[in-house]
Amino acid sequence: MNLTYVLKKLISLLFTLLLTAFLVFLAFSVIPGDPVTTMLGTQATPEKVAALREELGLDRPFLVRFVSWLGTFVDGTFGNSYSYHVTVRSMLAGKLPITLTMTVMAFLMILAISIPLGIYLARNSGGRTDRIMTVVNQTIMAFPPFFSGILLTLLFGLVLHLFTPGGYVSYTRSIPGFLGYLILPAVAIALPKAAMATNYLKASVLKEMKMDYVRTAYSRGNTTKGVLYGHVLRNAIIPVITFLGMTFTDMIAGSIIIEQVFSIPGIGRLLISSIANRDYPVVEAIVVLLAFFVIVTNFAIDIIYRLVDPRIRSAQEE
Amino acid sequence: MKKKSLALLLSVVLTTVAVALGGCAGDKQEESSQITIGIPQDIEDSLDPMKATAAGTKEILFNIYEGLVKPDSDGNLNPAVASEYTITEEGKVYTFTIRDGIKFHDGSEVTADDVVYSLNRYADEQSGDALASAFSNIQSITAPDRKTVTITLNEPNADFLSYLTASVIPASNADPDTVAIGTGPYKYVSRSPQENIILESFDEYWDKDNAPQIKNITLKVIANADTIVTELNGGSIDMFCRLSSTQVSQLSDNFDVYTGTMNLVQALYLNNAVEPFNDVRVRQALCYAIDQQGILDMAFDGQGSIIGSAMYPTFGKYYMPELENAYPTDVEKAKALLAEAGYPDGFTFSITVPSNYQPHVDTAQVLAEQLKAVGVTANINLVEWASWLSDVYSGRQYEATVIGVDASMLSAGALLDRYRSDASGNFMNFNSASYDVALDAAESSIVDEEKTASFKECEQIISDEAASVYIQDMVNLVALNNKYDGYVFYPLYVQDFAKLHLK
Repeated sequence: MNLTYVLKKLISLLFTLLLTAFLVFLAFSVIPGDPVTTMLGTQATPEKVAALREELGLDRPFLVRFVSWLGTFVDGTFGNSYSYHVTVRSMLAGKLPITLTMTVMAFLMILAISIPLGIYLARNSGGRTDRIMTVVNQTIMAFPPFFSGILLTLLFGLVLHLFTPGGYVSYTRSIPGFLGYLILPAVAIALPKAAMATNYLKASVLKEMKMDYVRTAYSRGNTTKGVLYGHVLRNAIIPVITFLGMTFTDMIAGSIIIEQVFSIPGIGRLLISSIANRDYPVVEAIVVLLAFFVIVTNFAIDIIYRLVDPRIRSAQEE
Repeated sequence: MKKKSLALLLSVVLTTVAVALGGCAGDKQEESSQITIGIPQDIEDSLDPMKATAAGTKEILFNIYEGLVKPDSDGNLNPAVASEYTITEEGKVYTFTIRDGIKFHDGSEVTADDVVYSLNRYADEQSGDALASAFSNIQSITAPDRKTVTITLNEPNADFLSYLTASVIPASNADPDTVAIGTGPYKYVSRSPQENIILESFDEYWDKDNAPQIKNITLKVIANADTIVTELNGGSIDMFCRLSSTQVSQLSDNFDVYTGTMNLVQALYLNNAVEPFNDVRVRQALCYAIDQQGILDMAFDGQGSIIGSAMYPTFGKYYMPELENAYPTDVEKAKALLAEAGYPDGFTFSITVPSNYQPHVDTAQVLAEQLKAVGVTANINLVEWASWLSDVYSGRQYEATVIGVDASMLSAGALLDRYRSDASGNFMNFNSASYDVALDAAESSIVDEEKTASFKECEQIISDEAASVYIQDMVNLVALNNKYDGYVFYPLYVQDFAKLHLK
């Protein structure tokens, strides 16, 4: 991994972020609704609207506002929330752990289910378990998280009474309670993705098993187990890594919906309420943050690739 | 063997899930004096009572802040921060004596200077409250000594006292946007955006007879309306206001349901400045065309009280029940009026409705259906609340809208003031010279009978001119877990948490 490569990536990261920020900023200057009239509500008078617009600096030209907003990223505050009158950073600091914990939990569940299950099904391809699991997988894949979320709430909450719907426990109060509440939402997010990852891995392993090098490996006296874990898996996992990476970024963005279903006060819920209130500094910071996660995850996938597959490493360095 | 190991793995995973969830449910311990109240939206404007504009914010801040006087559930104004007051005979000079020993939540004593500071903030044209129009009548606010505040008006206004419910805050609080310090029964503890607001009873509250009984209150933000019933039944909230009749029917036996009114004037508000609603005959035709009881039956399970002007029944002596039937449903008469106005074949218009208020959306749908009978086509245009505020309310760029208007103060004037032709809140562009005269007469009158008569004249003009199509004061269904008792309705859009107690 050489320096030019990292530098190139960093520059493209910055450029993408800047472009995202600009587009979000632009979007909010054209959609209907105005933060000032929203804040003043039914008490708006022309004088008060003008005074508040000046106070928030909204009377300045578009580009001036954009540049001064970029400045809030440099000083790290991300500006002040219009609704809450505190820095956006302090608001995100409280919400980010919630959404990230939920996403990481879901991701670990996907790994824990799909990798063993995918390998198992590939090894027993065509068997009864495989045939049943194919049907089950197809069904689960068709379940959008919000729907399975509602079903899980119904089952565990109102039938089995193992779960208090909406009984979210803040991590500042009790960590086990917090993690306990996040299990069901994480399951709801993880289920369809785990089903997809399982299928993906199974197909990938089966494809690799037909390759010439497998025959060679067998001819050298390897057992199926040896071939699978020693040779096939390393090749089969590469497309799965891409899929998992995409899944991770997808899940962070997808948490917006699941947080609504489970009444979790995370980033997603803050984003939705901030859009409704035209609390631009918060919305813009969150969107840029999400873009940042996507870009960084892709960057990480790239690096993992290079570690797993020497062919990519040498191809790019030539 | 392989199958067994898979089964083992699955059972381990499932057991972990079950154990963790069980631990979560077991966490629900019973605390003696604590209540969790669901609120449909967070405080998103400000903790500063002067900048609080949303009705949902004001009803919470009612428990934290108090004014010189404070309304009670019967609609009387009682001394609060002031222990007594005198008004000179001509009604121009108000003298208040600050209550002995009354303290702010931070422990400091309330002084006359704090009161002068607070009222001056409200009176400030630039940053102050829209009530500033009422405060602009103030000639001076002075503090002759530490315990006395004198307010002198330019013109007498018998309604003025109700504006002195304006919150008193300490002059020393540099950041009222985020630090809430008042004199009310509950003090602000902390908040987490879009999650909750924590309140705690104020031990040194001055009114021992109405002292808060529940120690800790958590106001939990329930952004998703579909989960309200699940959360009530599941036990994560104990109380929720303004439920629909459908939601109430899904509640478990653990709840008492209190029925009151929302204290709103719900109407199909018409923009009197645009065609065809600039013609009084068209507005009257719409009034004849609709069937209010039909709306109540279709969208509100028959509950709600029908109104005929910009006033709701809890205002007692100011309310005119005879106007409820000023425009009985009469399709033929509506058609005749439309023909007379030059619309024999009806017309098409759009009703702009904020999509976050389901009752108003439902009402608009029934209205659109009813208007078909007279050949009028109403298209429903759903918008976000932010767009509604900027385009309909402030911009007045609309034809018609369905919304509920509340009275921010316990005064009939607060409801009728917005119909003054130059009022900033006159989003329906109502314009009537005789109305302005009657309203002036009402507001400057200091004799109660005259004042009442003038306010009634205002209501009569609004009805005659069919300023809008008045529908109802909506029913307010409150669910309270039957562990608790003591919910009371006010004639204002407020919640009084201090009255709640354990059974």
